[in-house]
Amino acid sequence: MKLTLKIWRQNSPKEKGAFKTYILDDASQDMTFLEMLDALNEKLIAENEDPVAFDHDCREGICGSCGMIINGRPHGPGKEITTCQLNMKAFKDGDTIVIEPWRAKPFPVIKDLIVDRSAFDKIMEAGGFINTDVGSAPEANTYPIKTHKAEEAFEAASCIGCGACVAACKNSSAMLFVAAKVSQYALLPQGKVESLQRAWNMIMKMDELGFGSCTNTGACEAECPKGISLAHIARLNNEFIKSGFNKLFADKH
Amino acid sequence: MSNFFVSSIGKKFVMSVTGMFLILFLIVHLTVNSMIIIDDTGALFNKAAHFMATNPIIKIIEPILAIGVILHILFASLITLQNQLKRDINYPGLRRYKKYDTCASTNWQSRNMYILGTVILTFLVIHLINFFWKIRYTGSPLLEQPTILSSEIKNVYALVTTRFTTWWYVLIYVIGAVALGLHLYHGVWSAFQTLGWSNRKWRKILNVIGVIISVILGGGFAFIPLFVFIKSII
Ligand code: HEM
Ligand code: SF4
Ligand code: FES
Repeated sequence: MKLTLKIWRQNSPKEKGAFKTYILDDASQDMTFLEMLDALNEKLIAENEDPVAFDHDCREGICGSCGMIINGRPHGPGKEITTCQLNMKAFKDGDTIVIEPWRAKPFPVIKDLIVDRSAFDKIMEAGGFINTDVGSAPEANTYPIKTHKAEEAFEAASCIGCGACVAACKNSSAMLFVAAKVSQYALLPQGKVESLQRAWNMIMKMDELGFGSCTNTGACEAECPKGISLAHIARLNNEFIKSGFNKLFADKH
Repeated sequence: MSNFFVSSIGKKFVMSVTGMFLILFLIVHLTVNSMIIIDDTGALFNKAAHFMATNPIIKIIEPILAIGVILHILFASLITLQNQLKRDINYPGLRRYKKYDTCASTNWQSRNMYILGTVILTFLVIHLINFFWKIRYTGSPLLEQPTILSSEIKNVYALVTTRFTTWWYVLIYVIGAVALGLHLYHGVWSAFQTLGWSNRKWRKILNVIGVIISVILGGGFAFIPLFVFIKSII
């Protein structure tokens, strides 16, 4: 099938970028979206042009590196999938596809569709861990945990750190990401102990790095490839507010 | 702790608490206003208005309310402005290719809380100048019209029902009320979510409560002026 591709080209973080239009004649509905971009790049290389830079690694929806905005939606059309899981069956002959990088101040464009998501790593360094020696895998029944709590924590832990939530948000807020990380620990006995301080540290870091605040609009939840729920943001809010009140009234940290 | 009110969640905490307080006030306010409809001699409404103007508890709540409104507007402006500055510096203004520069997956109200708030604020100023200011400070001959009650009670009913015989004045009220309804359509559940008082189950319940409150308050404040106006022309 024949496609018109409008792709954001930007050489470096400092330079100004612009959309460039490409025609791809021999795309097939059997391709994945990334294979289609591979085909375009082969064509560009053959024509001695600079191929489109895009990030990818696992190509099976677990590494979170393949983020891009396709026709206005992070990870493109389709529910709960990453770009690498997007199939060209979602498009038809003659379609125009607009492809852009994540757009948020804390995610500067490195080149074309690749953005620098190391801000997420900095948030993780601020609190996305537990301070105990985990040692080797413990005996499974040492800590009794209610099923619904285990499931909720598991959903939170399925966040792949792709950044679609930030890209979807009108405020460039990283609340869904931070909420997933805070929730993942807050519900389990090993993580609970430091939960309030973790929420505090991670949010303070998120603010410092230039992410916006949450308007409870829900664009993040709608675009998250892992279906992380806004319920986790409620938990994060609760932990953070408790942490703030502890600091004020209980002289605790 | 001072950091708390600078943090993104801390600022939203203030929005949420002040917003909830304003909703409680509006419920009381609407209850008092409904007397206009219930009793067309105006006695009930005049008594209620007198009670609200003289009750010591209301005297205490009044400044808290004023501070609440100011904080709500102040933090709303701060949050909205700061959030707009978080976009890509190389692509200012838009978030994505212009044809797609909206989030189709979200509702309009939640994306336009500040615009709705500004409409409410404009309405509020007009409303305060025409009623609160006159009743409290400048006075009006309508307020002195005799009532069947004691002479100390001002005839607020006469002032209100006379004002609502002008069609464009009624229109301003309807616009203000609709904006309020839309603001709360998102605002009610959002306020609970901000405090962390929500989860998968309560989100659905809170959304329903939010719709009910927004319809009652938005619809109620639009209905009363319309009712008075229609009664005056038939
Ligand atoms: C008297 C009427 C008002 C009531 C009852 C009210 C109520 C609320 C409530 C309950 C919320 C939700 C808080 C949250 O998300 O946690 C809210 C949010 C908001 N309000 Fe109001 N409000 C009123 C007037 C205003 C005014 C006059 C403005 C501004 C000029 C305003 C601007 C906003 C904004 C921008 C938000 C969203 C903040 C955010 O999520 O980032 N509101 N309001
Ligand atoms: S919360 Fe969802 S959208 Fe956000 S980084 Fe995690 S997986 Fe991606
Ligand atoms: S390439 Fe790993 S999630 Fe898409």
